[in-house]
Amino acid sequence: MKPDEKQPVSRRDFFRDGLRGLAALGVATLSGLLMHRSVSRRTVWQIDPDKCVQCGRCATDCVLDVSAVKCVHAYDVCGYCELCGGYSKPDAHRLDTAAENQLCPSGAIRRQFIEDPYFEYTIDEAKCIGCGKCVKGCGSFGNGSLYLQVRHDRCLQCNDCAIARNCAGEAFRRVPADRPYLLKGEQGL
Amino acid sequence: MKKVTSLSGSKPKWAVLLTAVVMIFMAAQWAAAENRFPKPEFESAYQQPRTTTPDGRGHVFEILDMAVLVLMLILATVFAHRRRSRKALFVLTIVSLLYFGFWRRGCVCPVGSIQNMTLAVFNQSYAVPLTVIVFFSIPILFTLFFGRTFCASVCPLGAVQEFVLLRPATVPFRLSRILGILPVLYLGMAVLAAATGATFLICRFDPFVALFRRSGSFDILLLGLFFIILSTVIGRPYCRFLCPYGVILGWMSKLSRFRVSISPDICVQCRLCENACPYGAISKPVPDDPPESRRTGVRRLRALLIAAPLVIMLMGWSVSLMHPLISRMHYTVRLAEQIVKEETGSTDQTTLESRGFRASGNDPGILIKEAVQIRNRFRTGSWIAGIFFGIVIMGQVLGLSMVRHRNDYEADPQSCFGCGRCFESCPRQHMRKAEK
Repeated sequence: MKPDEKQPVSRRDFFRDGLRGLAALGVATLSGLLMHRSVSRRTVWQIDPDKCVQCGRCATDCVLDVSAVKCVHAYDVCGYCELCGGYSKPDAHRLDTAAENQLCPSGAIRRQFIEDPYFEYTIDEAKCIGCGKCVKGCGSFGNGSLYLQVRHDRCLQCNDCAIARNCAGEAFRRVPADRPYLLKGEQGL
Repeated sequence: MKKVTSLSGSKPKWAVLLTAVVMIFMAAQWAAAENRFPKPEFESAYQQPRTTTPDGRGHVFEILDMAVLVLMLILATVFAHRRRSRKALFVLTIVSLLYFGFWRRGCVCPVGSIQNMTLAVFNQSYAVPLTVIVFFSIPILFTLFFGRTFCASVCPLGAVQEFVLLRPATVPFRLSRILGILPVLYLGMAVLAAATGATFLICRFDPFVALFRRSGSFDILLLGLFFIILSTVIGRPYCRFLCPYGVILGWMSKLSRFRVSISPDICVQCRLCENACPYGAISKPVPDDPPESRRTGVRRLRALLIAAPLVIMLMGWSVSLMHPLISRMHYTVRLAEQIVKEETGSTDQTTLESRGFRASGNDPGILIKEAVQIRNRFRTGSWIAGIFFGIVIMGQVLGLSMVRHRNDYEADPQSCFGCGRCFESCPRQHMRKAEK
């Protein structure tokens, strides 16, 4: 049915047009005001290593089967110790690479001899599940060079991060996308 | 007078100096505690590796998302209004499911964007990304002019339910009206939770996002399975009886300039479309003769208008009574309650959170003060939410009490998703096709 030119605008149509205009204007104004603040400030999720309490929920609460949170290593903070609190169990029989002596449940830390008495520890990210056991060990007995970070090649950037929701230390926060990591050591400065 | 000021001015100088010395000393101490083992000096040619920082999805993809959204909205509008083709709309639904669903894994969607927008309004420090603003406002603007074409075939959540609909059962009118209150409650609670910075409820209980990601917690997978099974017999249960964005779009659609019509030109009252809609969105003609006298109608309207403010305030009050419970959505309130319980000795169970809090060395007094502030905000918020519920409920009742004369079978703009199922049932459509 085509509106006739001569037909006067009914009261109902008039109200509808007016309200529609108002609604459109409202949405546009809200968007404009918020856009004014938002452009170029895209954010991503990240863990503040200073707040992390290593509760272990990063490994279990991520919506991904294997968490997007992984342990990373600040090499320039590491002491390269032979007895590494992040690598060996506290009650380890020997300081070697045997599975029963390793703290990591998935064997994701590689230990490599550099020179006497130093050892290098590297995270094999494919194996790391983000449980933070090594982070706790390193923080309690060592320099705290191991810490957890959201890896952005894996993270889905859920609008409501499932780990952030349950984080026991409130360590998750949105950080600017152009600086997506909160790094320790010289790289973090 | 001058001397006094200079004297008092010199005192802080000393204090600052002293503090600085103490601070440097303490910092050194603290650094030593952190760096238990000094950085080794390597004799071999060992090079320290750098911590890798893999990048996420590029910015380009965000622009692509927005472009795809706008393009699909235009296509859906053309398909629903001009082409009047259910087939084309269905194909678009598949595209939406693949792109926004399985490729983008359901985030961010316009449904969830309500919360980001709310949080941005109430929290000045939160900068809402451009994508979210576009995903929130563009479908609303489209709906204001063309009805809910977004729901028709752009929303991935609607798409899932479209696919599994096998034998739609009719939900009785009264029941559907009562269930229709649920999305409003959900919207109010979600906005309250987002405004207080507590949580993103809509994302948290999104039943289909686990399907899109093909992983998720057991509860959410179970919820998704429940909704998918329900969708086989009830058309789009999430969209009709839960979706908070659908509430906004429904209201906007009432104001829409152009509407999806069942018949392309005139309605011949053949009644063939009567059962075509699985969503109960087709309004039947209402005879001109009023079923009741004008006087009873007026009397009822008067009674309702008198009752309205009472009902609205009662809703506000009763929801505000629940604010201590609702405020537990907020992390700080939960933590403070636990700390208080531990301090008063009413529990000897500590939680991960409370242990973490104590390890951080923060002052419980400040935490509790903060929690009280947040709870007060929840009290105000739940009053507003309750009043909002009251207004909506009274609006519905008033709408039901006013019978409006209608000649033809029409798609109810508020609840019509524009899926296009009724097009094919109209004989005028076939005749027009044959003429072409």
